[in-house]
Amino acid sequence: MATKVDSALHLEMYRQMVRIRKFEEKICEDYAKGLIPGLAHLYIGEEAVAVGVCSALRPDDYITSTHRGHGHCVAKGGDIKQMMAEIYGRTTGYCKGKGGSMHIADLNLGILGANGIVGAGIPIAVGAALSAKMRKTEQVTVSFFGDGATNQGTFHEGLNMASLWELPVVFVCENNMYGLGTRQSRHQKIDDISIRATSYDMPGLSVDGNDIDEVYQAAVEAVERARSGKGPTLIECKTYRWRGHHEGDANQGAKYRSKEEIEEWKKLCPIPRLEQKLQKEGIKAEELEQIQREVQNEIDEAVDFSLDCTIPTLEDVLEDVYDEREETI
Amino acid sequence: MTKTVTRTINSHTELDALETVEMSYGEALRDALRSQMKKDETIFVIGEEVGLYGGIFGVTQGLYEEFGPERMIDTPISEAGFIGAAVGAAITEMRPVAEIMFTDFAIMAMDQIVNQAAKIRYMFGGKVEVPLVIRIPTGTGRGAAAQHSQSLEAWFAHVPGLKVVMPSTPFDAKGLLISSIWDNNPVIFIEHKMLYKATGPVPKDEYCIPIGKADVKRQGEDVTIIATLMMLHTALKAADELAAEGINAEVIDPRTIYPLDKETIIESVKKTNRAVVVHESSKTGGVGGEISSVIMEGAFDYLDGPVLRCAGLDVPIPFTPDLEKIVVPDEKQIIDAVKSLL
Repeated sequence: MATKVDSALHLEMYRQMVRIRKFEEKICEDYAKGLIPGLAHLYIGEEAVAVGVCSALRPDDYITSTHRGHGHCVAKGGDIKQMMAEIYGRTTGYCKGKGGSMHIADLNLGILGANGIVGAGIPIAVGAALSAKMRKTEQVTVSFFGDGATNQGTFHEGLNMASLWELPVVFVCENNMYGLGTRQSRHQKIDDISIRATSYDMPGLSVDGNDIDEVYQAAVEAVERARSGKGPTLIECKTYRWRGHHEGDANQGAKYRSKEEIEEWKKLCPIPRLEQKLQKEGIKAEELEQIQREVQNEIDEAVDFSLDCTIPTLEDVLEDVYDEREETI
Repeated sequence: MTKTVTRTINSHTELDALETVEMSYGEALRDALRSQMKKDETIFVIGEEVGLYGGIFGVTQGLYEEFGPERMIDTPISEAGFIGAAVGAAITEMRPVAEIMFTDFAIMAMDQIVNQAAKIRYMFGGKVEVPLVIRIPTGTGRGAAAQHSQSLEAWFAHVPGLKVVMPSTPFDAKGLLISSIWDNNPVIFIEHKMLYKATGPVPKDEYCIPIGKADVKRQGEDVTIIATLMMLHTALKAADELAAEGINAEVIDPRTIYPLDKETIIESVKKTNRAVVVHESSKTGGVGGEISSVIMEGAFDYLDGPVLRCAGLDVPIPFTPDLEKIVVPDEKQIIDAVKSLL
């Protein structure tokens, strides 16, 4: 049964998707200028997945994320300033500049961390779900991962345990067609990753990951199922990343995909598709433009904030390895 | 419900003044688990055969009946999976105690231990605690061959973010396990599988032994022997034989490899001027090299000879009992090493 999405929710989804897009575009721009150190894996093109799924969650629900994690963090309510400051490597960043793009976390918002190891977030999500079940909190955990992660052992181990123990977890596979430069057809024989759910006796479905309503609908049902104690679901969201694997991946991955393919997928961009829905609902173009301006201001402020903040020093480097507080007396 | 353990005991020398009971190393571990699980519902045990079966070495015997399958969680054979799940539970308000059946199987879970558990706190800027204990039976003595007999403490000690605890007596086992459970960091708790049946005096009530404090198991003036787990007992036997010849060895059990109680070791060597480090794990890249360096950095001017290592041979652990015995140090090797320094 379809859950009715009113235009207020659509507008909030729109704002979040634009926020992710503009956040990533800014990083793209500043990375090219050499202002951002390290690695950056951008989420442009995949925004409907994070926003559609996180719109179905409670504030105290958990997510585990991936190396391509900015979108998940924004969608779960992450603070743009602290995110940006972290990516710039500043003391005011989420991780005091010690984690960077691939390790942003906010435990208070249920964001259990982006993760630099493909597939590693899956068992961690299973453990968070186990914890919620033991504490009887009715919290749900979502684990985001890519198509590449579904060939890791942790995918199998995690889904098997979650199913066996009927845990409140939703597995969201963002199938963007490539594990780095390896196209799906070169890394697994199947087309629909959701069929793997069968072997864990859990529901599995594939949705258009660039259609916010399809993603949201699937997430609402899976989250409801998880929260009511009926166990996990595997949702495959078929989508596409516009940028290369990382900033610096030459010509957006020209070694392994064609420009034509990228252009075809750009026509399926999730943001204009939501704009069309909003216009049908009677929302005026000016209102959407206003949202875009507001979000752009937020992003600009986040960058200004980051540039104003200090870079951690030698004094900071030894801190935070261990928690030295005594639990015992 | 209090989360505090008020009594701290630093050394076995305090035992005479306390009410103790004789129990085995395995029973002491079980006693620690049971007492803390009764006290705090966030503590649970997870691993292969820890529940219904009672643990492959019987450590968790009876706890399944007492605490039920919800808190004594039997897992599929999925080391990366259940250690990952333990990490996830640890960062979401629980205090899991995971058991990996053999050290060798921890290798299956190394990503979750090394890349996740150890680093999460630092990567997240200190904004999360990871109160996770991973109990790992280790070592030779059961004819279990190369994939069931390794000692890999040096691997874990090499990873910032982990603590590495290695109790050698029932008294140490109970107090250190309680401390490890209440530590807010991931603790690799290494138990020797040939010690489970070894008995000794253990205080009846609950107590902590500070992580990072060595115990001088035997006092002496002529040489310092540093050893853990089974090798501590081999070293004590060697020390008895040396004493019969008028050589008084001081035997130190670091009890935790990381953090290492450098001070106790250095102070002892300053007194004895000689040191022998003993461990079962293979010599190259072993903890003995680290301890030897600590001594040289802290007591070089006091040394009358090189710091010697008695360690496992650099071979995979062989199966047949005669060979298995040869690959780990015995009393004679320790005695010979000590005498070569005099």
